[in-house]
Amino acid sequence: MHVTIRLFARLREVAGASDLTRTIPDGSTAGDAWQALVAEFPALGDHTSSISVAVNEEYAKPATALRDGDEVAFLPPVSGG
Amino acid sequence: MALGEPRMTVTSESLDVTAVAAAVAGACDGAIATFVGVVRDHNAGRHVLWLDYEAYAPLAVRTFEHIAAEAATRWPDARLAIHHRTGRVDVGEASVAIAAASPHRADAFAACRYAIERVKQVAPIWKHEHFEGGEVWIEGATADPADDEARTLAFARACT
Repeated sequence: MHVTIRLFARLREVAGASDLTRTIPDGSTAGDAWQALVAEFPALGDHTSSISVAVNEEYAKPATALRDGDEVAFLPPVSGG
Repeated sequence: MALGEPRMTVTSESLDVTAVAAAVAGACDGAIATFVGVVRDHNAGRHVLWLDYEAYAPLAVRTFEHIAAEAATRWPDARLAIHHRTGRVDVGEASVAIAAASPHRADAFAACRYAIERVKQVAPIWKHEHFEGGEVWIEGATADPADDEARTLAFARACT
């Protein structure tokens, strides 16, 4: 299945991209998508313990199952305000 | 009341606290508490030149709505509006403006304080600080809206 991956702030800079389309196996979770991304951009691995995940513009969990066409966002620690 | 003024928004335009207040003002209210977060010229020993704010806008707006729903469980008569900037925000400019309207001042103050605490904890927004001699991403909390401990802390700060 195809998913759109969104990266923000420091994660966007590490990967050098804000939007990516990737093909991942059916049945993949958001966490699986992250691991695939880390395989592609090893420097992202340093951030695994501090990221948040959103699926289709809602906060989600690494265990959240993905469907074809989903948008998965990975967020570094926030600093709004 | 300014018709069409959104209660929750992320914008690259300058913030207008009067407009934020107008978004929640109603005839039943005896109080509107407002908070304006402003970019200051120093942080962690650095001389700050400006901040660049990045947001995941659709999730930020949903998060603001979620924060308002949380506040409504504690202060059912209070209503919130939250406006946040993106892009370059210079020293002295507003980065966030919040208004809480309520029949009574205590609830307006408390809901307003709760909202800014939660924005800092869970809104998907990031500061890129440009200071004299360099730039750095500011990273605070790992956002987890389901984290009861963080929510409890925000309620406690709102009620002191």
